[in-house]
Amino acid sequence: MSMNGNGAVNGQGGATPKISLQGVKKAFGPKVVLDGIDLDIARGESVVIIGGSGTGKSVLLKCILGILEPDAGTIRIDGEDTTHARGREREAMMRKFGMLFQGAALFDSLPVWENVAFGLIQGQQLGRREAKERAVATLGAVGLNPEVADLFPAELSGGMQKRVGLARAIATRPEVIFFDEPTTGLDPIMADVINDLIVKCVRDLGATAVSITHDMASARKIADRVAMLYKGRLIWVGPVSEIDRSDNPYVEQFINGRAEGPIQMQIRAF
Amino acid sequence: MIGFVNGIGRTTLAFMEATGKLAMFTALALSHCLRPPFYLRHIGRQMVDIGYYSLPVVGLTAVFTGMVLALQSYSGFARFNAESAIATVVVLSITRELGPVLAGLMVAGRIGAAMAAELGTMRVTEQVDALTTLSTNPFKYLIAPRLIAGTTMLPLLVLVADIIGVFGGYLVSVYRLGFNASTYINNTWQYLEFMDVVSGLVKAACFGFVIALMGCYHGYNSKGGAQGVGAATTNAVVSASILILVLNYLLTGIFFS
Ligand SMILES: Nc1ncnc2c1ncn2[C@@H]1O[C@H](COP(=O)(O)OP(=O)(O)O)[C@@H](O)[C@H]1O
Ligand SMILES: [Mg+2]
Repeated sequence: MSMNGNGAVNGQGGATPKISLQGVKKAFGPKVVLDGIDLDIARGESVVIIGGSGTGKSVLLKCILGILEPDAGTIRIDGEDTTHARGREREAMMRKFGMLFQGAALFDSLPVWENVAFGLIQGQQLGRREAKERAVATLGAVGLNPEVADLFPAELSGGMQKRVGLARAIATRPEVIFFDEPTTGLDPIMADVINDLIVKCVRDLGATAVSITHDMASARKIADRVAMLYKGRLIWVGPVSEIDRSDNPYVEQFINGRAEGPIQMQIRAF
Repeated sequence: MIGFVNGIGRTTLAFMEATGKLAMFTALALSHCLRPPFYLRHIGRQMVDIGYYSLPVVGLTAVFTGMVLALQSYSGFARFNAESAIATVVVLSITRELGPVLAGLMVAGRIGAAMAAELGTMRVTEQVDALTTLSTNPFKYLIAPRLIAGTTMLPLLVLVADIIGVFGGYLVSVYRLGFNASTYINNTWQYLEFMDVVSGLVKAACFGFVIALMGCYHGYNSKGGAQGVGAATTNAVVSASILILVLNYLLTGIFFS
């Protein structure tokens, strides 16, 4: 495995990467958010993307999912170019994916079990009864009682919503799962519970995982490889074991959580 | 001077862009209304919401409109002894114009706003994105059922409004103005043509489509948090109401000229 400070780092060489990004760029009006992202993610690998708030981590995931269309560059899933896929092609591709959204994004008009079973009913045309059984089983896998199944998302605490979101993401047994800040806003114990669940689910499914987090404890637990996003580029990519010896001042500042360093927060003095 | 011209140019461009965006949205939404799969549960739920739960509002509007029409036309027509025309005035005004337009405006406030708020909230809380990741097309799942329900339910609602409105006129004429009941009913039927009712129902279908379209369009495209959803709701109601009035004029022109 090769590694350098400033560019693409490929995962296990040889086999087609599960997800491959080349030169992905995205701007909103004059604001450049992604400025040429190159990254290969191998099958079964767990990559964690770290970086400050508003650096475009969520935008990167949304570009891969096709929720946002990149301005330039190519995105390949299993070697197939899906950058501009639409309609049925996009829907077929989506069946490989599960996503846990930053704010859980549960459908508040549906009870918990229908949220979890949504991909089974709509995507896989499973009958409602069978789907409900699968949903309750999946809820069990993330540590939620069957009683929760008939509640509505608004009746749940933040940690429970994250768990339901996790259950929804894994219910269709996807090949790739994205986690957008799975532990943000949770207490440290619940955060660790979620981390364990993520590790377990990913391992059980043998899925490829891409997670976003600011939480280094979480990153160390989940990641095989860590990529750091700064000013629209991946400035460091490497195995999690090497993150403490990155020799990259940006990474060091971030993982140690220091205010002083090369990363300047945009705070104006009064 | 340059600034002024620039301003006009920019406004024109923005208008054209918005029109183009709306046209694309409409075309896409329509194509999803016509292609399977159809989410029958959702269509059904929307139909109940739009048709059944709007009945009280629309019924009240219609009955008072019919009543006031009878009262007004009596006080006017009594001046030249044309009281017998009241029944005809009531039934024609209601079926051709007031039924569809007033029901449309009331439903725009009730349903257009609700659709924009619901879709807008789903948009800003990423529920719309979540649909996509679950292999479900938001146009098919969220928008098509609303358009179908709006277009089909408004004519039914207006048919009910027509009947209630005419009944309101009857109540005032018979119990307050002292008309003979059977004469009034005869007068109501005498000059009513099939086309009067049908034109109103066609208008209603168009209004229903416009209400749902505006609710969905503004909700689907809302951005920013609560404020964005609020703006989307206002825009949906205002634009639907204006479009109803403009369309009403155009359709009347087509039907009765
Ligand atoms: N749909 C959008 N329209 C305009 N700007 C956006 C949109 N989505 C994200 N942005 C901007 O892109 C930047 C990165 O956002 P995001 O990816 O959510 O950051 P984070 O790294 O915290 O997840 C932010 O400055 C945000 O304002
Ligand atoms: Mg984010």
